[in-house]
Amino acid sequence: MSDPRTDKAPLLSVRDLTVQFPTRGGLLTAVDQVSFDLADGEVLGLVGESGAGKSMTGSAIIGLIEPPGRIGGGTIHLRGDRIDNLSPAEMRRVRGRKVGMVFQDPLTSLNPLFTIAEQLIETIQTHLGVSKKEARERAVALLDEVGIPAASRRIDDYPHQFSGGMRQRVVIALALAAEPDLVIADEPTTALDVSVQAQIIDVLKRLCSERNASVILITHDMGVIAETADRVAVLYAGRLAEIGPVRDVIQNAKHPYTEGLMGSIPSIKGTESRLVQIPGAMPRLTNIPTGCAFNPRCPKVFDRCEKERPALLREGQSEVACWLYDEERKEAVT
Amino acid sequence: MSDPLLQVKDLTRIFDVSKPWLNRVIERDEKQYLRAVDEVSFSINKGETFALVGESGSGKSTIAKMVVGLLAASGGEIVFDGQAINPADTKAMAAVRSRLQMIFQSPFASLNPRWKVKDIIAEPMVSFGLYGEGNARVKRVEELLELVGLSAADAAKFPHEFSGGQRQRIAIARALSSNPEFIVCDEPTSALDVSVQAQILNLMRDLQDELGLTYLFISHDLSVVRHMANRIGVLYLGALVENADAKELFLRPQHPYSKMLLDAVPDVEMTGRPRVELSGEIPNPITPPSGCPFHPRCSIMVDECKAKMPPSIETPIGEAKCFRPEFQL
Amino acid sequence: MNALSRFIASDFTYKFVRSPVAMIASLVVFILVGGAIFAPLFTSQNPFDPASLNLMNGFSHPMEPNQFTGESFIFGTDDQGRDVYATILYGMRISLFVGFSAVMFAMVLGVTLGLIAGYTGGRTDTIIMRIADIQLTFPAILVALLIFGIAKGITPPGRRDEVAIWVLIIAIGLSEWVNFARVVRGATMVEKSKEYVDAARLIGRSPFTIMLRHILPNTLSPVLVIATISLALAIIAEATLSFLGVGAPPTQPSLGTLIRIGQGFLFSGEWWILFFPATALLALALSVNLLGDWLRDALNPKLK
Repeated sequence: MSDPRTDKAPLLSVRDLTVQFPTRGGLLTAVDQVSFDLADGEVLGLVGESGAGKSMTGSAIIGLIEPPGRIGGGTIHLRGDRIDNLSPAEMRRVRGRKVGMVFQDPLTSLNPLFTIAEQLIETIQTHLGVSKKEARERAVALLDEVGIPAASRRIDDYPHQFSGGMRQRVVIALALAAEPDLVIADEPTTALDVSVQAQIIDVLKRLCSERNASVILITHDMGVIAETADRVAVLYAGRLAEIGPVRDVIQNAKHPYTEGLMGSIPSIKGTESRLVQIPGAMPRLTNIPTGCAFNPRCPKVFDRCEKERPALLREGQSEVACWLYDEERKEAVT
Repeated sequence: MSDPLLQVKDLTRIFDVSKPWLNRVIERDEKQYLRAVDEVSFSINKGETFALVGESGSGKSTIAKMVVGLLAASGGEIVFDGQAINPADTKAMAAVRSRLQMIFQSPFASLNPRWKVKDIIAEPMVSFGLYGEGNARVKRVEELLELVGLSAADAAKFPHEFSGGQRQRIAIARALSSNPEFIVCDEPTSALDVSVQAQILNLMRDLQDELGLTYLFISHDLSVVRHMANRIGVLYLGALVENADAKELFLRPQHPYSKMLLDAVPDVEMTGRPRVELSGEIPNPITPPSGCPFHPRCSIMVDECKAKMPPSIETPIGEAKCFRPEFQL
Repeated sequence: MNALSRFIASDFTYKFVRSPVAMIASLVVFILVGGAIFAPLFTSQNPFDPASLNLMNGFSHPMEPNQFTGESFIFGTDDQGRDVYATILYGMRISLFVGFSAVMFAMVLGVTLGLIAGYTGGRTDTIIMRIADIQLTFPAILVALLIFGIAKGITPPGRRDEVAIWVLIIAIGLSEWVNFARVVRGATMVEKSKEYVDAARLIGRSPFTIMLRHILPNTLSPVLVIATISLALAIIAEATLSFLGVGAPPTQPSLGTLIRIGQGFLFSGEWWILFFPATALLALALSVNLLGDWLRDALNPKLK
C-alpha cells in the first residue's frame, strides 16, 4: 500500500452528498448533491443561513446524522477510503482518530462526570497507544497550547469549573488530542462573547495550521469566515450555491445569493444608509422551487432559472451554481 | 441639547443571588448580591436611537426591563417625558404605558403560540381601550400588518405558520399598535439570519422615519449598532464605561474596553487591518474586580484603577469612565 | 368544518391511526362508555327497579336457560335474579360518573392552585406546594376514608345514601388534585419566563388575565394527559372504596359494589357474579390508562 500522505487524492472528497429525512409529507432533502474537496491543511468555511444544510453536511461527514435522517446518495472519501458506508463501530474509530469535532456548546462534547484529565488521557491512550504517564504529559502540553493558564493544575478540574471560553479551549484540545487530519468545527464561537470569540478562532486556526490539520468551519458568521477560511462554500436550501477562494467569494461574490448575503451585513465602517436586502425567506424544505432554489428571490432571474437546476459552473477560481455563468448566456448578453 | 424624552440617572439594580437559607446556614455562606446595573446614567432625545452594547453580564437587558417598567430599580431614577417610571406606582404607570413599547429578542417566545396574529396585534389596543368602535380594531390590525410588510390575510393565522423574520414583523406590529413614541428593542435581530436581519433593521429605520419613533436599541453586535444608532453607550459588568456619538466612537474610541470590543469585530471586508491580541474573559459578576471592573484585562492599567472606580469625565466625543482615556494619552 | 379538516390532517391524527394500542384502547373505551350512557338501549332490565326483577331467575348460569323460567342471560344473574350484564352497564354509569366528576373537581382545583403558585411564586407558591407535599404523604385511599368518615358523621342517617356519591367524588378529587397542581405549576413557570408574558405585562394586563388567557392555554396538553391517567386512577379508587363498603351504596351499585357483592358468591360456585364486573373494571381502567400513556407520548414535542 502506498503512503496515503503522498497520494494525490485530496484529504476529504465529498461527491453528490445527499441527506434525506422521511416525513409523513414525503422525503425531505436537507442536503442536496453537495460536492467539494478539501486539501491537507486547508480551512474550508461552510456558510449558510439556518436550514441551509451546513450542519447536516458536517454531521454526514462524521456519521452522526440522527435517525430517521440518512445519507440518501453520494460518497465521502477520507484519504481515499470511503467512510459514508462504515458500520457505527468503524465510524467511531474514524471519528476519534482521524476526525476531531468541536461543537457550538462545549458541554455537549465534555462529560460532566469526569475531569478534563480523565477525558483527555482516555482519548490519547485509546488512539495513540501511549503510556498513561506520557498521555498525561501530552494532555498538559495540549492544554497549555490552547491557552489554559496553569494547565498542569487545572487539568484535574471538572468541566463545570471552567468558563465558557475556557471550556471551548478544552474542547479544541480534546478534538486535537488524537492528532486527527481533519477537524470539523460546527459554530464553535456562536455561544461566546465577541471578545472571547476572536481568541477561540485564533487558537483553532493556530493549532490546526501547526499540525497541518484541515478544518471544516461551519458557521453563519461571514466575519469569522473572512478571518479564518482559505476557501468558502455557500449553501442555500441544501444545495451548494458557490464555492471558491475566500477573497473571491467575499469581495467579488458571483452567485446573486452570495452577493445579497454579503450586502446584508452591516459594515463596521457604516457607510451604507440602507442595507441590501434579499426579499422573502429561504424556502422550507417541503417547498423548494423547481429549477434554481433561489429563483423566486433572485433579482437577476430569467426563464431558464425556473426550469432547470443550474450545474456548478467554473468562473474564475470559483464554481457557481448559477445560469448567469453559462457560456451561452454570457455570449447572449455580450 | 434638545429635549430628552428619556432620562436615566444613577440607575442601579442589585439582585439577591444567595443560596437558599438552609444551604447558607449549613455551608456558612454569606448572602450574595449581584450588582447587575451600577449607577448608569444616560438620556435619549426625541427621534434619536441610543444603543447600549455589551457582552454577557453587562446588564443591558436588565436596563431594558427597568426602562419599560417590567423590573423595579434598586436605586436611581428613570424619567420618561417628565414622568417617573416606577412599577410600584400603578397609577403613574397606567399613564405612560401606552407610550412605551418593547420588541423582544426571540421571535419564537415573544408571540403566544395559541393566539391568532390578529389577537396578538390587537392586545395592546384592547388593554388600552383604543380603536374600540365597530371593526376599527380589525382595520387597524390590517393596516399594521401591511405597514410591517405582511398582508392583511395573515391576521387569521397562527404564529407557527410564519418564519422567524415574519414573526419579528408581527412583534413589531404589536409594539406599534398602541401608537407608542418610544420603543425598547432588546436584541431584536440576534436570533435571525443576516439576510433577514437586514430586512428587519431596514424596516425599523423606515418606521422610525415615518412615525418619528425614539429607540433604545440593545445589542451585542457592534456592526448592527453602528448601523442603527446616533449615540452608543458601552456597558461592561453593569457600568456604563463610555457614552459617545456613534460615528466618533468607531473612529476614536476613548475607553480601552471600547477599543477592545471594536478590535474583536471580525474583519468582514478583509481590509487586512491589524488586530491587537485579545486576552482574558469577563469576570464573574458576583465577585467583580475592585475599582474599575475592566482593570484585569486592561493593557494601560495603572494602580489607581485597582483602587477606585473612575468618575465619568468629558471626552472629545462624549463621556467615559476611565483614568486614562485615549485623548489624554 | 375548517377546524375539523385541520384536525384530520394534524400530526395528532396521523400518530393516532398508526398506533394500534391507542386505536384498540379508544375503541374499548368508546364501547364501554357508550354502553354505560345508553344502558337502557342495550338491556331491557333495569336492575335498580325491583318491579323488573324476577326472583325465580336467581343464580342463572351464563348462557344457559334458567331451570325455572327458561330465560337465558349472557353473563348469568345474581341471587336476586338481576342480569349481571345489565348491572355492569348500570354500574359503569355510576363508576364513570364518579370518575369523571372527581377528575373534573381535581382538575379545577389543581389547575387553579398550580397556576397561582407558579405565577405568583414566593410565599404563596411555598404554602400551596407544601400543602400539596403533605397531601402526597397520605395514601389517596386514606384521605378518601377520612373525608368519608367526616361526612358520615355530619349527615343524618336517612340521607347517607343520597350524599354517598358526592362524598365519593370530593374524596377522590381531593386525593388527585396534587398531580394537576404540580404539572401546571411547572408549566406555568416555564411559560411565565417567556417573552410573550413580558409583552402582556408591559401593556398592563392584570395577572388574572395573563394567567387565564395567556398561560393557561399553553399548559393544557399536560393537563389533558394527567386528566386521562387520573380518570383511570379515579375509577379504580372508586371501586376500591366501594369494595371496602364506604363508596357507592348497594341501592346504586358501582362496579366496585358489584365486585364486593360478587365476592361473597365466589366460594359457593357462582363465579360469574364476580368475574364479569371485575373484567369490565379491568378493561375500562386499562384502556383509559393506555390511552393516557399514548397521549403523553403523542403530545410530547421532545419525542417527535
